Amino acid sequence: MELAKDLTIILITFVLTENFVLSKFLGICPFLGVSKNAKNSLGMGLAVIVVMMLATLVTHPIYHYVLTPLNVEFMDTIAFIVVIAVLVQLLELFLKRYIKSLYRALGVYLPLLTTNCAVLGVTLLTISSEYTLLESVWAAFCAGVGFLLVMLIFAGVRGRLEQCDVPKMFRGTPITLIAASIVSLSFICFGGVVEGIFG
Amino acid sequence: MADENKPGKAGDVLHNFTKGLVKENPALVMLLGMCPTLAVTTMAQNGLGMGLATTFVLICSNAVISLLKNIIPKEVRIPCYIAVIAGFVTFIKILMQYYLPSLFTALGIFLNLIVVNCIIFGRAEVYASKNKVLPSVIDGLGMGLGFTGALVIVGSVREIIGMGSWFGISLGLPAGIPPMVTFILPAGGFFTLGVVVAVVGKLTHKPVRNIGCDHCPNKSACSHCDTDREAG
Repeated sequence: MELAKDLTIILITFVLTENFVLSKFLGICPFLGVSKNAKNSLGMGLAVIVVMMLATLVTHPIYHYVLTPLNVEFMDTIAFIVVIAVLVQLLELFLKRYIKSLYRALGVYLPLLTTNCAVLGVTLLTISSEYTLLESVWAAFCAGVGFLLVMLIFAGVRGRLEQCDVPKMFRGTPITLIAASIVSLSFICFGGVVEGIFG
Repeated sequence: MADENKPGKAGDVLHNFTKGLVKENPALVMLLGMCPTLAVTTMAQNGLGMGLATTFVLICSNAVISLLKNIIPKEVRIPCYIAVIAGFVTFIKILMQYYLPSLFTALGIFLNLIVVNCIIFGRAEVYASKNKVLPSVIDGLGMGLGFTGALVIVGSVREIIGMGSWFGISLGLPAGIPPMVTFILPAGGFFTLGVVVAVVGKLTHKPVRNIGCDHCPNKSACSHCDTDREAG
């Protein structure tokens, strides 16, 4: 029961109240670059979920069973980024060789994820939050779902935005950022949900 | 970008340094490194600290990558750049933890995330891997200071409007004018950056480009960016 409660709190926190894109500012480049239509948003979002979960599954044991016993916790950034780079490369090769259809759907997004701050961010955040392995992987999944949700919402917003007569000065990125600000404002309303439900 | 790939002459040093400050400002004109630009700019001093830390890493990584440009195989250059950059990030992280613990806490994981900052990758890919050491260092210094300037501008706007202070010093606003807290919330970050980018685009008379795909190190891998732009 306690576990179910913890996992629900993580779910609400990572998807809604502390959404990676809109309140932690992680993964802004793909958020602004790829969210032009729902199809690209979906592909990128799914790739992010998969890579985030795999990365957390690998980096959590590395931190607790390799870095901590050796007393080199300050090396976490180097270790994690190398692990993520290798993992993404292996995943790409594996999909290319064995699951062609999935590779065609997600393959183009995979190389981008090595240098995506959301992936490195989730591995570092779950360590600093002192989650267990299960909680970490669940948090990574929820963070990815939150990312996917915002990408899809924003693809819709941008579809509408293209039909608007925007002042010349604000065309392109500025109006996109201001639209993101309004979407972010609506997510602020979820603040306090966790405290409200679980006291 | 054709002119910038040639080795710089002595007269070009000044241009090499100043182009990063305004004309090719990494954050406000090329739209790279948006995550830290939005995340740490709730106060001007955090922006300054983050900017200087990034500048340090950028100068060092540009120098090392420029020295190693003939040794690093093209196919595995991204992991090699990552290793070099991660080393310097760990270095500045340890220094900051001991000498500036309050800034270290304020920047949080974004200090670690300098590793995946697209500005540093972008300069390694576009400039340092094709030029000699000294021009690369000057390029890194100019780009880093341009980024720092952008962070301080965005941070100042947000801190003045959102908290009524600047670099932590209260501006003594009358009690009747409460600060607009929205500006230090995430929504205010997006809004402020949007307005600053629009104003900089207006002042430099350049149409605002799409999100930094042009200088993104992943451009070659990200075929969708290209097809989208051609189609749109």
